[in-house]
Amino acid sequence: MKFEARVEVSHLPGVLDPQGATVERALPALGYRNVSEIRIGKAIRLVVEAPDETAAHAQVEEMCERLLANPVIEAYEIEICREDPGS
Amino acid sequence: MSARVAVVLFPGSNCELDVARSIEHLGGTAEIVFHGETDLRGADAVVIPGGFAHGDYLRTGAIARFSPVMEAVAAHARAGGPVVGICNGFQILTEAGLLPGALQKNAGLRFLCDVVEVRVVSTRSALTCSAERGAVLRIPINHFEGNYTCDAATLERLQAQDRVVMRYVDNPNGSLDDIAGICNEAGNVVGLMPHPERASEAILGSVDGVVLLRSLLDAATKGVRLPG
Repeated sequence: MKFEARVEVSHLPGVLDPQGATVERALPALGYRNVSEIRIGKAIRLVVEAPDETAAHAQVEEMCERLLANPVIEAYEIEICREDPGS
Repeated sequence: MSARVAVVLFPGSNCELDVARSIEHLGGTAEIVFHGETDLRGADAVVIPGGFAHGDYLRTGAIARFSPVMEAVAAHARAGGPVVGICNGFQILTEAGLLPGALQKNAGLRFLCDVVEVRVVSTRSALTCSAERGAVLRIPINHFEGNYTCDAATLERLQAQDRVVMRYVDNPNGSLDDIAGICNEAGNVVGLMPHPERASEAILGSVDGVVLLRSLLDAATKGVRLPG
């Protein structure tokens, strides 16, 4: 079975996010003065073949630990959805 | 006998020839080793030079860590052999788990290309064993991700074990505790953001990097005993 995995990689709380901070300073210049807590991360999408959703999740989690994220400074969230068999 | 130094070349490395030249200038022998190779040809020491290994895709050093040569580098490190990562090389060593912590984007979000002053904090590393503690060196930096970070427990350990090798006199990138370079527990694996090879001949504007490269050659040839 094919599953689409969406991985969101973000900075761990407490780790400086200079990109987020800079964008947060830039938005008020456009008139958006009500914006705060901007965090900039990465979105990674991939298709994985696995017997079931649990196995797919476990494998993507392993990929995150080993490559997709750096656990020293980054957190990650995984979302798994079954690919439409017709696609 | 002159020290034999393997300089690892990844696709995207761009300081390997500068490092090789500076080593040979000091009487060492440098050999470029391609990242796909699986042994270091009996080298006494390894330098992972600066650049953008594998395009720095995903994260700096993230892909380079899986290159075949890194197994050999890790084995060399485990055996107590000197391993130095300069700039991108430092990033690769942290990604490979040979040094703790990580290098994140500079606090000011600027690519920094400058000559900075760094103070030698510890002389127990392969890169500073012939330097003087407290010496202030003028050495170029050239990076976007040089902002060293680690968790509080790791920082405490680095400080307690005298593993902060050098600190910036005037912190240019937001690095935790002004850290410009650190070493592993044994002192044989060192990572630093400044480029000693770019301060190795008078024509380059500074020769302050010589004492560091000299330390590396000393550690490689004399088997300088690094306190564990």
